[in-house]
Amino acid sequence: MRKYVPKDNVQGKAYYTDRFHVTPSVPKENVASDEIFAKQLAAVEAKMEVLSAHIQLGQMVIEVKAEDNYKAIETLKNECDYAMLSEMSAVDYLAKDGNFEVFYQLLNLKERKRMRLVCRVEQGQAVETVVPLYKSANFAEREMFDMFGIVANNHPFMKRILMPDDWEGYPLLKTYPLHGDEFASWYEVDKIFGKDAREAIGPEIRDQAEIERYDTKRFSRVGHEVPFGADISEGEPETPIEYSKTLLVDYTKGTKQLDKRK
Amino acid sequence: MAQHQVNYASSAGLPIALTTVDHLVNWGRSNSLWPLTYGLACCAIEMMASGGSRFDFDRYGTIFRASPRQSDVMILAGTLSKKHAEFARRLYDQMTEPKWVISMGSCANTGGMFNTYATVQGVDRIVPVDIYLPGCAPRPETLQYAMMMLQKKIRRESANMKNNTKQNLRLI
Repeated sequence: MRKYVPKDNVQGKAYYTDRFHVTPSVPKENVASDEIFAKQLAAVEAKMEVLSAHIQLGQMVIEVKAEDNYKAIETLKNECDYAMLSEMSAVDYLAKDGNFEVFYQLLNLKERKRMRLVCRVEQGQAVETVVPLYKSANFAEREMFDMFGIVANNHPFMKRILMPDDWEGYPLLKTYPLHGDEFASWYEVDKIFGKDAREAIGPEIRDQAEIERYDTKRFSRVGHEVPFGADISEGEPETPIEYSKTLLVDYTKGTKQLDKRK
Repeated sequence: MAQHQVNYASSAGLPIALTTVDHLVNWGRSNSLWPLTYGLACCAIEMMASGGSRFDFDRYGTIFRASPRQSDVMILAGTLSKKHAEFARRLYDQMTEPKWVISMGSCANTGGMFNTYATVQGVDRIVPVDIYLPGCAPRPETLQYAMMMLQKKIRRESANMKNNTKQNLRLI
């Protein structure tokens, strides 16, 4: 079983240490290279400050300030025909940049364009909900809250969506261990039986291939056979390995010439 | 009116069967195992197939019941998430004694491939399990076999559930 290592600095470290490795990057194009995108960007820039904008993989990416997210999406919906919010969530860049990136993936069906509006939020900072503009944001924002702890202000029903309501921690943070923290590992035991039952039930067995060293009931011990259910915790009797005395192929005997021509 | 008279001594045998209470009660219990209609994940598809006409659970007297109050067996078929563990236990508690549990599939047995924060790592952490059924997902034949093993187990047990070790091992 792989040992758990704290992942606090996992983004800060280079994934590849090979000095010849070149990190692949997708080329960014200028927004001016696309007529429609340039027009849409101008519409947004007229209303608020745009921190950065470029085209990547045929999609425009605009970064605005977190306070402007509602206004920007309202502009994009009403003036630039982005009728659909296909997806929205957040990305944990806490270790790298010290903040989250909240992104809104938008689709324009009229001009067949996709774009992404991103904004950076600090830990504990909330964003304005976009549910009045897009119904699909309802569950997406709840999931963002559930997984990252980013609250959407004025959301009609800001509550966890996947994890239980009394869950502690936000599982999609990079620092959250995959096997769960202490709260997670005892959650069902604490909830059903109470904390007193922890000892009786025991910790979770995370190693699927775990073999109990002294278990002689469920595991056979090849070469060191002991009776079924014998207690060997105090040391075990030496049972020498016996091999068959009859050799299947006796190489010591004279070589028989198979091919008579030689 | 003619009276039908039986000469017990000369007929093919006495119309009396001698047995123990244990045997009689367990005969009844084991041949009318009513599982709870309770599917958690993809194993439930196999469980449904077992109940269908091709594999036909009914011929064992195994009829799925939609209420825990009427069920004897809980087949935990699939991944049990930690959020749902509480409700699985509540359904188990609502079942009337005597009751048995079959843990169906790798996920229910050990958590399976869901070695994560949100999955119960083996349903035996929350309910006492009688039969662990391996497979991912186990075929309907395997579930039938598990049901037959459970029948065998029940027939071996004492009719008085207090005498059975499982009851004494039960946590709460």
